Amino acid sequence: MKAKRVTVMAMCIALAMILSYVESQIPSPGIPGVKLGLANLVVVFALYRLGWKEAAGISLLRVFLVSLLFGHAASLAYSASGAVLSLAGMILLKRTDKLSCVAVSVIGGVLHNAGQILMAWALMGANVVWYLPVLILSGTVAGVAIGVVSAILVKRIKL
Amino acid sequence: MKRLFANKKLLTDLCVILALLLLAGGLYLALLLGREAGGFAVVRVDGIETERHALSTDGVFPLNGGSNTLVIENGEAWLSEANCPDLLCVKMGKIRYNGQTITCLPNRLTVTVEGGESDGVDLVVG
Repeated sequence: MKAKRVTVMAMCIALAMILSYVESQIPSPGIPGVKLGLANLVVVFALYRLGWKEAAGISLLRVFLVSLLFGHAASLAYSASGAVLSLAGMILLKRTDKLSCVAVSVIGGVLHNAGQILMAWALMGANVVWYLPVLILSGTVAGVAIGVVSAILVKRIKL
Repeated sequence: MKRLFANKKLLTDLCVILALLLLAGGLYLALLLGREAGGFAVVRVDGIETERHALSTDGVFPLNGGSNTLVIENGEAWLSEANCPDLLCVKMGKIRYNGQTITCLPNRLTVTVEGGESDGVDLVVG
């Protein structure tokens, strides 16, 4: 059983890294932080099918490895703050059991953006208030898309 | 698909999504109504101000040892060039209102429009 768990987690991390790479090849619409968050598919799936500790492990390792491989020096700080906030929100919301994984994913997307904005504010003193509405909107839209696909995955894939 | 979402959580889900959309819309409207044209483009690297240029004077300025190029024209500021691979800061376009910011994460550089007195005009009251 333990070997299986380790294997599944390793596969999830690998998949999340591939999805991050695929996403990096999609042209950006020109506002930092506006993105689909494909890797969140794996995290939401893991949250529902493996457990919160596994989801946290997958997400944080993914962020670390992707920053190491494809990122620049500053990207780790931004990605990590987004991932931590997003994870915390999704884990807590899932615990309340009042929302389906679509809304959990939406909150995850919005909080991921919020975490990055907070880090930009902390590191550079950037005036971030103008980004808030855009990133809440984009986080919500992306969260719905990722959440709907995650819901299908969670339903279909049994481990 | 229908069976997937046909449960009582759907309603709370929709409420959450609607609330976020309203929050984004409300925030945007508030910012739009509260904005006023600024006096200066303030450049910061690592959060420390390195230079400021009046928006009333047109010009082209290399920033941060040439990593980015700032252009000021007709009271608007934008970055025309950058040495980073994604060029997000260039794509972010033109800014002219107080508080608007262009951010270049790789070079840890921001350009923010801020108010000021010495550009010939006193504060513009919206």
